[in-house]
Parts: sequence; structure tokens; C-alpha cells
Amino acid sequence: MEEFVIPKQPGSNYLNAEYGLKSWLLTKDHKRIALLYLGAITFFFFIGSLYAMMIRLELLTPQGDLMQSSTYNKTFTQHGIVMVFFFLIPAIPATLGNFLIPMMIGAKDLAFPRINLLSWYIYMAGGIITIYALLAGGVDTGWTFYVPYSTTFSNSYVIATGVGIFINGFSSILTGLNFIVTIHTMRAPGMTWFRMPLFVWSHYATSLIMILGTPVVAITILLVALERLAHIGIFDPAAGGDPVLFQHLFWFYSHPAVYIMVLPAMGVVSELIANFSRKNIFGYKFVAFSSLAIAVLGFLVWGHHLFVASQSVYAGMIFSFLSFTVAIPSAVKVFNWTATLHKASISYDTPMLYGLGFIGLFTIGGLTGMFLATLAVDVHVSDTYFVVAHFHYIMVGGTLLAYLGGLRYWWPKISGRMYPEGWGRFSALVVFVGFNLTFAPQFLLGYMGMPRRYHTYPVELVSWQVLHVLSTAGASILGVGLMIPLIYLVWSMRYGRIAEANPWHLPGLEWQTPSPPPTENFLTTPIVTHEAYEFAPPEHKEVVGKFERQQPAES
Amino acid sequence: MPEGLAATHEHASHPALRHHLENMEQQREAGTLGMWVFLVTEIMFFGGMFLAYTLFRYEYPAAFVSASNHLDIKLGALTTGVLIVSSFTMAMAVYSTQIGRQKATIICLILTMILGATFLGVKAIEYHDKYNDQLIPGQLIPWRPFNPEVAKPGDTDPHKLHLIEGATTQNVQLFYWIYFAMTGMHALHMIIGLGIMTVILIMAWRGKFSPEYHAPVEISGLYWHFVDIIWIFLFPLLYLLGRHLEHGG
Amino acid sequence: MSEHIVQPRIYIMIFLALMLGTGLTVLAAFYDFPGPLNAVVALTIACLKATLVVLYFMHVRYSGRLIWLVIIAAIFWLAIMFAITFSDYWTRNWLPIS
Repeated sequence: MEEFVIPKQPGSNYLNAEYGLKSWLLTKDHKRIALLYLGAITFFFFIGSLYAMMIRLELLTPQGDLMQSSTYNKTFTQHGIVMVFFFLIPAIPATLGNFLIPMMIGAKDLAFPRINLLSWYIYMAGGIITIYALLAGGVDTGWTFYVPYSTTFSNSYVIATGVGIFINGFSSILTGLNFIVTIHTMRAPGMTWFRMPLFVWSHYATSLIMILGTPVVAITILLVALERLAHIGIFDPAAGGDPVLFQHLFWFYSHPAVYIMVLPAMGVVSELIANFSRKNIFGYKFVAFSSLAIAVLGFLVWGHHLFVASQSVYAGMIFSFLSFTVAIPSAVKVFNWTATLHKASISYDTPMLYGLGFIGLFTIGGLTGMFLATLAVDVHVSDTYFVVAHFHYIMVGGTLLAYLGGLRYWWPKISGRMYPEGWGRFSALVVFVGFNLTFAPQFLLGYMGMPRRYHTYPVELVSWQVLHVLSTAGASILGVGLMIPLIYLVWSMRYGRIAEANPWHLPGLEWQTPSPPPTENFLTTPIVTHEAYEFAPPEHKEVVGKFERQQPAES
Repeated sequence: MPEGLAATHEHASHPALRHHLENMEQQREAGTLGMWVFLVTEIMFFGGMFLAYTLFRYEYPAAFVSASNHLDIKLGALTTGVLIVSSFTMAMAVYSTQIGRQKATIICLILTMILGATFLGVKAIEYHDKYNDQLIPGQLIPWRPFNPEVAKPGDTDPHKLHLIEGATTQNVQLFYWIYFAMTGMHALHMIIGLGIMTVILIMAWRGKFSPEYHAPVEISGLYWHFVDIIWIFLFPLLYLLGRHLEHGG
Repeated sequence: MSEHIVQPRIYIMIFLALMLGTGLTVLAAFYDFPGPLNAVVALTIACLKATLVVLYFMHVRYSGRLIWLVIIAAIFWLAIMFAITFSDYWTRNWLPIS
């Protein structure tokens, strides 16, 4: 890292290069587009969280006293749709990925800047149509749009929501396309594949899924919308159609979509663990290839969502087995992260707290996923809160924590300001405690038989209500933990300490340029001569300065 | 391309070079790869419909044969031929820009567009036939729902539906649902293709292309050929399978 | 890596082959092959025609490994989608109950 001379702060960076609304709305700078996404995604996260709070409040008591069952159906559906399609899928790739991939590989921008901007507008168009559908009357099919309910029986705004998600899919496709082409064709001189940061590897794998999966869900949702219009019965068994075909097509995308959400998070965590341990990651190539392995294997397992949907039991057995294989690359990552921590000089800054939280929570989420992949166990816990708890451990405990950690880690680069470290650590702890209190009781609830998507439960079952109260209390704590960063990050944009170019003293390319970076990222195109996480080994650090280098004794 | 050498060659800057890229070679490569990756998404997009087609063909073979045989094979073959010729003229348009013949490029592009429009015209005639025979599925056209006349044995009226043994009108409707979904999506892609060709034609007209810079022609050509390939599969699947059972079963 | 210019001679040959393929597939459709062979013949011809378009009209024959990889990936994933979905439908009736 010594060979990089960080230039002095130039007069102009990407934030102050141009002013005015137009300079933002027509920008082709990947960093500014990342910020546009950041704003939009935060907005959608807020909407989704409101629905989550409504769900938790309703479940505080066994009776349906806050809302009717039909309102509740809409609430959880809209929570799911907004969170999955408008927060979790674009969260890390479209913000951090967009901002960092060109910087990490030493490029001036993504390969197609105009398509990048277009993808944001498509995202907004899809979002606005969806918001319209929610305001006009909402949708109550569950985020999965299962037929024939969604095509025949539901009286809610299925078509409008479907169109919103269909359009939004294209933004995801274009982001993935841009990343793949950028990573293939725009690496700086010397930036070989195995010198790329693992963040870039995981985004490459994510992009593969976006490219290969999203079109399938697009056509599926289109078919549902057309089916609602024309009532022909392609998914209706009464008319010779096949509802399970819908589930196959839907989960062909939507299971890999889980990896769209979690792979970028794994990329962030790889960065956090290696950099805050000041060590090269243990088994770089294994971690890199495990991302690709997850992307490929993720496409082979979707049938485990159909175990109780009249799928053939033989297919069920195959899917069960294949689902277990995904555990292998995931475990490779977890073991390699923990091995990296071994005997490292770890600094417990806020991003690292989130990173460590991720490892623990992702492991719990992953292992309970193994329970669900086991055919016989799944029959027992299918469609219960066990499933809800499982995927929230992955989605919130995994993706959201990594997103928050990554945002904190690169915040000095993005904003040019430091966030307040004390508040950072405090809110990280609040999030961790709140999260576990929210979702750990749900494992028990599910195991005891509380079905998902119900707004009431038997009054006699006091233990259920106790667990629900705990969960709601946890959700409130989690909400506070999420509000604190929102406040202090906004505060720090104006009042935070000015960040140096490389506040964490790290070797990554993105740190070898001023904070915030200039419009073209680097003042001169960098030439890469070292590996991704090249820290001096610890034994060298101790030696330096204590002993003079000795000449051999004999002369 | 060699590992990580994207930025090493310094070329004299071409006016069409975008500022964030190093040279024309890199720009062309990025564009071509981008289009291919996009075509992958298109393959998966149509793939979902091919999957639905395969499943229902597997479940209702008789109905699919009956419905398939009602399609006009002559028009089907004609459109296939038209698209192949248009692919050929498209390939020649790329060749003409590569060797720098502006006039030939323009002629080839116009021919391609005329052929594409012909395809859409024939498709419109076919759709209109289906409309007349009340074969448009479900309530897609509210005032003309799916209600084909079924031919009795011995009746050879081509406007009536000839059901072979085991076929039901309801399952024939599923075929037409898939037929309209697939050919409709394909036609939409043709229309987008014509839009792209218009842009390329204007650029060619203004003399933007040269042997050094013709990536847009080539990349839009990839799209055009891809749409042709989809039809190469649609034609046998929708029009041909089951012809040998015509007037038989 | 300068680009390869495909000569019109090759384009014409490919064009004629495609037209021939179209004619053949129409003729073959009316001939009653045993069993499912009609579908096999039609799809084989379609695949051959598509391959010709991809290799020559789309210049893949002269492109780098990366483009080949992209195409192979697309076919592979399409195969996954078909194979795994049909692993369900084909085995549905193996058990007397279900």
C-alpha cells in the first residue's frame, strides 16, 4: 500500500462538481446514482417498516382488535412486497455496489452510465406504480402472488402491483448487466480476477442471478396480470391449467432472489472482516468461488418451497438434498471469516460490530434453513412462524445488518464526513438486541404451531401471547436502533468530522483516492500491483523498529 | 481479452468514445458483451413461456395438435422466410459498414425494416383470422370471447376447429393463450427492433459510421438476429408439430 | 483483438442453408414419423438453424471465449429450468397416492 501516494484534496469532488436538482436527476456519475438509490431505498424501507410495526402491534393481543383480517392480509402483503422488491433486492447492489464496484476495480464509471441512470428511473417508476396500488386499495395476495387466489379470487390491486414489480425487475436486470460488463471489461491495469476485492466477486455472482432469474419472474407476473384480465385459466385447475406451474416459475426466480439479497451482504461482510482484522482473508479463492457456487446452486433448490404444494415426493427428495448442498459454500464463507478473525488484531469499530453480528445471525438463519430443507420437518413447520423467523434471520439479521455496516464503513468515502463512533456502536448494539428479541421468540411460536399470515391466535394460549409481546417489544427496540443511524448519518453530513482519504488505513483501491472522490474516481488511473487484502503479516509488524537488520556473522 | 489490461492501450480519441472508457476497442467490447448478456435475459424471459408451452403440450397433446393444425401453415412459412431474409440483409448491413459503404448500409437497413414490417403485417392478418374465427382466448377481446365453431366429422371448412380424438375446446383455448402470449411478445420485440433500426438508419444517414466505428450497427444486429432465432423455434412448435395428423385422427 | 469481417459469400451460404432448413422442416412435418420423432426432427432442424444464425450472422464463431461462455450459461440455465421443473411432473404419478 505504500506505493500509493494519496493526492491532496482537489478542489472538486463528485458532490460539489455540479449543483442543482438537474445535475442530480440527469447525472451519469455512478456515485451520484448510488445516492439517488440510497434516498429512494431509505424511503421504501421506511414504508415497509411502518407495515411491519402495524403487524407487530396487531399481534400484541390474541384478538383482531387493531384491524380486520382483510386489512391484516394487505398489511403483511405490502410489508413483504415493499421490503423484498424495493428494499432488499436493490439495497446493497444499487447503493454500495453502484458506488464501489468501479472504484474497487479502478474504473472511472460503470460500463453503461446512461443505462445505470435509466435503471434508477425504472426503479422509481415501478415504485410509484406500486405505491399507487397500495394507496388505491392495496393488495392482499401475499408477496408470493399465489394462484389461483391472485388470478381469480382476490379483489385487490393485483394487476397494478404486478406491473410495478414487473417494471422494477428491469432495473434489477440492468444493474446486473452493468456490473457484469464492467467487471469483465473495465478493470484497471494489473487488476486480475484474483486481485479483486471479495465485494466485487459477490456482486458478480449476484449479477448472474439478476440476469438469469429476474426475466422469469417478469414473465410469470405478466402471465398473472393477463390471466386476471382474460380469465382463461392457465393457472386454474378447473380450466385445465396448472397452479403448480406458477409456483415453479415464481420460485425459479424467487428462491435465487434470496441470494440476490444475501450475496452482496456476504461481500460487505468479507470486506469488514478482512479489513477490521487487518489480515488477508483466510482462503481468498474459496470465499470468491463460494459466491459463484451459491449463485449456481441457488438455482437448483427452488422446489423446497413446494414440499406441501402437491409436488411429486421424488422431486421433493431431490430438492431436499440439493437444498443441503447450498449449505456447503455458505459454511465455507462462515468458517473462513471466523478463521480470519483467529489471532487477528481486531478493531471493534461500528462496521465491524455489524459484521460480527452478521456472522452469528446468518449462521442461525442458515442452520434453521437446514431444518426447513428436511422434508419431514418442513411438513410440520411449513407456513408457520418458524419460516418467518428463519428468513428474517437471513434478510434482516443478514442483509440489513451488512447493509448498515457497509454504509457506516464507506460513509467517510461517500459523504466525506465521519459519523459519530459512540452513537454508531450504541445503535449497533440496540439493533442486535432488538433484532434477536423480535425474531427469536418467533422460532418458538412457529415450532408450537402459530401459522404465518394470521392476525389472531387462541386467547387460552398464554405462552403464545407472551412470545408475541416479547417480539413486539423487540421490534420497538429494533425500530429505535434503526432511527438512531438515520438521525446521526444525516447529522454527520453537515456536522461530522471531515474524513481523511483513508480513515481506516486500508489497502483497498477505493481508499486510495480523496474522500469524497472526484467525479472520475481517481486522479490518474491506478495500476494495481498487490493482492486485495495485503496487510503486512503481524510478525513483521512486531519486528519493525526493534531489531536492526543483522549482517551475517561470518565475513 | 487479457487479464486486467483494459486500460493499457492508448488510441487517438475517436469522437464517439465515451469519456469513462479508455479506447474504442474497450467500448466495442463492452457494448457487445452487454448486448449478449441482455440476450441471455431475453432467453430466460421467453424460456418461461416455452416451459409453459412444453408442460401443456405434454398434458394435452390432442388439443394442441388440433389447435396447431388450425393455424395457417402457408402464412407461417412465409413469415419464417421473410424473417430469414431480413436476418440476411441485416448481416449484409453490418458487412457494409465494416467495409465503409454508407449507401449499401442504408439500403440494407431499409430492406431489413421493410421485411420486418412485412412480418408484422402478415402477423396482423393472422391475428385477424383468429379474431374472425373467435379464437382469441378468454375475455381478452370483451365483445368477442373465445367461442370457436367446432367442425363435425367430414366438414372441411378451414374456419372451423377440427378436434381430433381426446381434444377439448377448453384445452384448445390454452394453446391459443400460449400462442398469443408467445407470438405477441415476439411481435413486441419486432416492433422494438424496428424502433432500434430507425435510430441506426438515421445514424447511418448522417454518416456516423465508419470501419473504425460501427459497433451500434453490429450490436443492434445481434438483437435482430436473436428475435429471428426465437421465431425459428416458434414456427415448428406452434405451426408444425402435429401436421402429420391433419385430417387424420 | 481486431474484429473478423465475415465475407458475403459466407452470409449467402448460411442464408441458403436457413431457407433449405425451413423448407425441410415444413416437408418433414407432413411425413408421419414413428412415435415422437416428428417433434425430434422439427426441433433438431430448428436447433441447427439457430446455431447457424448464432455462429455466423451473430459472429460467435469469430468471437472470444467470453461470448461462448455467456451463451453456454444461458442454455445451461434454461436446461436447469426445464429439467428440474419436469422432474416434478414426470414423477408425480409414480406413487399410487399423491
